Amino acid sequence: MSFNQTLLIAIRALLLNKLRSFLTGLGIIIGVAAVVAMVAVGEGAKDQMKSVFSSLGTNLLILLPGASSAGGMRGGFGTQPTITWSDLDAIRQQVPTARYVAAVLRTGAQVVGDQENWGTTVYGTSPDYFGIRDWKTTLGALFVDSDVRSGTKVADIGQTVSDQLFGPGANPIGKTIRIRNIPFTVIGLLAPKGQSPMGQDYDDCVYVPQTSFAEKIQGGLRQFVSGITEVSADSSQDTAKCEGQIEALLRERHHLRSGQADDFSIRNLTEMENASQQGMQTLSLLLSSIAAVSLLVGGIGIMNIMLVSVTERTREIGLRMAIGAKPLHIMAQFLVEAVTLSVIGGLIGIGLGSTIAWRLAATFGWHVSLRPDVMAVAMVFAAIVGVAFGLYPARKASRLNPIEALRYE
Amino acid sequence: MPESAGVPLIEMRGISKAYQTGGVPLWALRQVDFEVPRGDFVAIMGASGSGKSTLMNLLGCLDRPTSGRYRLAGRDVYRTDSNGLATIRNRYIGFVFHTLNLLARTSAVENVELPLVYAGVRARTRHQLAVEALQRVGLGARLQHHPSQLSGGQQQRVAIARALVMRPPLLLADEPTGNLDSRTSLEVMALFQELGRQGVTVVLVTHEPDIAAFARRIVVMRDGAIRSDLPNVSKDAAAMQAEGQLVEPR
Repeated sequence: MSFNQTLLIAIRALLLNKLRSFLTGLGIIIGVAAVVAMVAVGEGAKDQMKSVFSSLGTNLLILLPGASSAGGMRGGFGTQPTITWSDLDAIRQQVPTARYVAAVLRTGAQVVGDQENWGTTVYGTSPDYFGIRDWKTTLGALFVDSDVRSGTKVADIGQTVSDQLFGPGANPIGKTIRIRNIPFTVIGLLAPKGQSPMGQDYDDCVYVPQTSFAEKIQGGLRQFVSGITEVSADSSQDTAKCEGQIEALLRERHHLRSGQADDFSIRNLTEMENASQQGMQTLSLLLSSIAAVSLLVGGIGIMNIMLVSVTERTREIGLRMAIGAKPLHIMAQFLVEAVTLSVIGGLIGIGLGSTIAWRLAATFGWHVSLRPDVMAVAMVFAAIVGVAFGLYPARKASRLNPIEALRYE
Repeated sequence: MPESAGVPLIEMRGISKAYQTGGVPLWALRQVDFEVPRGDFVAIMGASGSGKSTLMNLLGCLDRPTSGRYRLAGRDVYRTDSNGLATIRNRYIGFVFHTLNLLARTSAVENVELPLVYAGVRARTRHQLAVEALQRVGLGARLQHHPSQLSGGQQQRVAIARALVMRPPLLLADEPTGNLDSRTSLEVMALFQELGRQGVTVVLVTHEPDIAAFARRIVVMRDGAIRSDLPNVSKDAAAMQAEGQLVEPR
């Protein structure tokens, strides 16, 4: 007796009691739908958070100068310039896991275009910065290392600045903007990045080479870096190692004895990202336990109805045995029926869950991310539930005495 | 399987069957010896509690005796396990029950196909054999009817077709006319008689002398033992009488 034949018998038996089959499968349907929908929403949130972190820069370390202390007033991180440009060169050369090293100098400034002017933030940095952010231009080009070395007066501007100065959709390449009255040539329009979670507009910015920034816009601190430094490690596994190497290198260069506190600080954003991911994982765990409970309840429903079905069809079982069905045939028939019920329930649940997720996305503008692997796992679990809870009724059916089964009224 | 002509189809030796009721064994069969040659048409009669149903269950390999030996077509039945018994039931025995044991909401042809399904016959062959069996019992025009759309006699004929479809050497009928009116009973019995003429060995259990009269041999049981085992002398007369009343099966 082929599997197809058994499956056909099972499907026919289920179709004979459509409402009952549906109600029995409902436990599985709701369980699987809940999992698929909740995971889709959860993964959507996770993706959103991931994109927030990747717009900040991947595998990012932020290096801050030390804190000033004058007359008992301690100024906080970054108030005491301790990191020199040669420190940055040393990091670049001696820390192999540091892929990009970029100082980020910033100031608020009024920028003047052809007719309009706009108050924005001007950054002085090196091309490494664009590597950290994985930032490209939509028009023109980014400034390069030679611009930094020779201090050329070129600028890459954000979409917002371009819109405000030259009008929406205008091509700003080749135009001149004046920052603190110093003319800079726009050589690139940066690809829009949107808003940060705090509402800060990433595209409201002007980037110029750090040397031009220090010479023309803000005086600077000679050998010291007057701002933060961003370092990007090769991989997220390397961030901790990279952090340690930079710390060791800077302590040595700053002649700090052991026991003496660092005169700088390093922040590891990857760790923050990991922490947020751990929170997400806790949420996922919670969701899976809800799923496990609903699948368990669904399974009990299946077992209940299968036991009823075995009792109802005792005569049929007796008949099948009399005409040559082996105990294994009877067992397979009821087992396949239970598994079919749970698998079809699982499929409907996936459809329902996807629809719910999709509706949520459409109604509330949430990010949802449907995960095929989660669906597959949910299906496998639904099938396992079918087997686990169908086994006992099926065994019971297969062990019936044919004579008693035939006589059963 | 040796099928030498001299060996009887059914050969039971010293069959006893006891049921345990409250620790006291209740003997339903006591040392029964029973033989049926190929092509015979035997009616087993007896009051309820005489052991005829127990004998029927044992003949049909649905149960095992407390002691004794049973050879069916030369094969020692009780040497095999429950799977083996299922195979014997499938290949060598066709059952017709007194209750109308058809699967509801399943067409006549699919009901007849069931034994072939368990024998592992392929779908196309299955359908063909089932149609032939239904034609043999005169129901070739009602292949797709469900049991609820058929009369009692027609339903019993579907059951007979199902019993015949594997072409088993033995047809066992347990009160095959128990749920039928007298006219339909005659129709069904005439069919059994016809099958007997075609060489099928038929053993039927009944408590009605009218029905037993169609058999060639009548076995009477009482208290778990065979009391008489005689050829049916009135057979021809009864058959002629029955056929005279018959409407030809369509």
